[in-house]
Amino acid sequence: MYRHLSEGTGNRKQEQKVENAANIQDDNQLTVEQAIANLQGEDLGLRVYAAWWLGRFRVDAPEAIDVLIQALEDEDDRTNAGGYPLRRNAARALGKLGEQRAVPSLIKALECSDFYVREAAAQSLEMLGDSSSIPRLIELLNDQVPGTLPAPEPPQLAQPFDAIIEALGTLGASDAIPIIQEFLDHPVPRIQYAAARAMYQLTSESTAGYNQYGDRLIHALAQDDLQLRRAVLSDLGAIGYLPAAEAIADTLAENSLKLISLKGLLEKQLQPTKPEDLSPGAIKVMQLMDALL
Amino acid sequence: MPDSLNTLIRAVEDANSSILLQEAVKNLAAARLEGAIPTLIAALSYNNPGAAVAAVDGLIQIGEPAVPSLLELLDMHNYTARSWAIRTLAGIGDPRGLVTLLGAATADFALSVRRAAAKGLGMMKWHWFPEELLEIAQAEAMEALLFVAQEDEEWVVRYSAIVGLQFLANAIAVSHPDWRSQILSNFEQIAAKEESWPVRARVLMAQQELQKTATIPTQDTDNRPSPLSSMDWQKIMEELYGRKGQERLVFAEGDPRRYEQLAVAIAQHSDE
Repeated sequence: MYRHLSEGTGNRKQEQKVENAANIQDDNQLTVEQAIANLQGEDLGLRVYAAWWLGRFRVDAPEAIDVLIQALEDEDDRTNAGGYPLRRNAARALGKLGEQRAVPSLIKALECSDFYVREAAAQSLEMLGDSSSIPRLIELLNDQVPGTLPAPEPPQLAQPFDAIIEALGTLGASDAIPIIQEFLDHPVPRIQYAAARAMYQLTSESTAGYNQYGDRLIHALAQDDLQLRRAVLSDLGAIGYLPAAEAIADTLAENSLKLISLKGLLEKQLQPTKPEDLSPGAIKVMQLMDALL
Repeated sequence: MPDSLNTLIRAVEDANSSILLQEAVKNLAAARLEGAIPTLIAALSYNNPGAAVAAVDGLIQIGEPAVPSLLELLDMHNYTARSWAIRTLAGIGDPRGLVTLLGAATADFALSVRRAAAKGLGMMKWHWFPEELLEIAQAEAMEALLFVAQEDEEWVVRYSAIVGLQFLANAIAVSHPDWRSQILSNFEQIAAKEESWPVRARVLMAQQELQKTATIPTQDTDNRPSPLSSMDWQKIMEELYGRKGQERLVFAEGDPRRYEQLAVAIAQHSDE
């Protein structure tokens, strides 16, 4: 989930700044009670921070979930262009808290006029792993959700296609395969890679050409753009694609990101074996990881 | 070939894009020339991760001659450069970095630094240490690594401490079989309670590797003699003593008399 730290949109950068600032300061300066109170208080800045804080420190107390769900309908905090900063942070936090109760409200948030709220909602629905959101996600991918077009804060795209596609891949939405396939040729590379990642997750191993989707991601690691390489490292870690191991170790990016990506490969290697057995693949991945420490 | 060195350095200085800079630093690093040290060290401060990774690799290859400049860089305020310098010291394994690595592995703010330092503590150039200092240095490294392997909050730092412990267990197999057994029994405890699968898998791999090499202690491939002077050893010992002194406030252990004898022993070593 480091992906949001690495991309160029202003709103994500801002979130990273908040995250850095909070790491430098005392992490415990807020209490749970105080954060919950702040979220309902008058100060809009404190509300936005409290929503982020509850997610960052995984505060899954029922009252915290309640106030965050309420915050998904906030009308007080608006940007000049009509965006909803508090809703964005609330949607992100709810994904981290693992509470299924948030699913219906997050599905509702997919209808929000703010692009970034829809993006956060799709990412959080992916994290919560609840497949009831699949039909709505497919409609959003098809631009069929009223009120989402035109976005008042348009980035370059109509929809957060990459977040939607990644969610559909993780949620196992095989009905979406024909639509996702079209995004393999999308002009934005990041969206192509999201589609390749989802296609890998959704097609069965017996399908001819199954590995082409993973291999596409390996080729993408040779891209000149560092942000893209980082995104692809995240994708390869998410699907645990073993043939990518060396390419991950060799690509020009921070070792931290390579290690997280390789961890995804290693975990996939450990799943089917008994704990006392290490597969040759697992050993190879660990040797590559050792060299990156 | 000073001509080629100059060309390589000029390519770094003239690089006008991030990708060109990465390539130029990579090429300079690959030449493995001592004359490249200042330029490679400067590349640690450019806030370009690709260039920094290449520079770290190059400096590690050059090794010991880069250490004094790296230690100097550690005193500066550029935090990113500092963390790359610690990573480089860890990779070189020079004893002058020992106390820095002990502190970094157990207490640095950045997990990337803790993880590099933990591996580095297991891979010091132990054969350079004078015998009297070796035992204390290895005991300190083992204590720090056992702590990190069990207490660090980040999986990757614990993972790295396991790697460090595996190397350390190998290095002390002949001199301190009892410590080696202690590391192995700690591995069993860690495997039992560790939550992270990748860390548990790495413990398993370490156990298997150590079983394989139980009877054949691996020799360090780098046989170059220690370039360190008795002044260096004196300084390392004083730093270790200072560190031990701080711990004593908490743990009430560590014997200052040991250090008195050591001071005498090291003084006697003086540049034979």
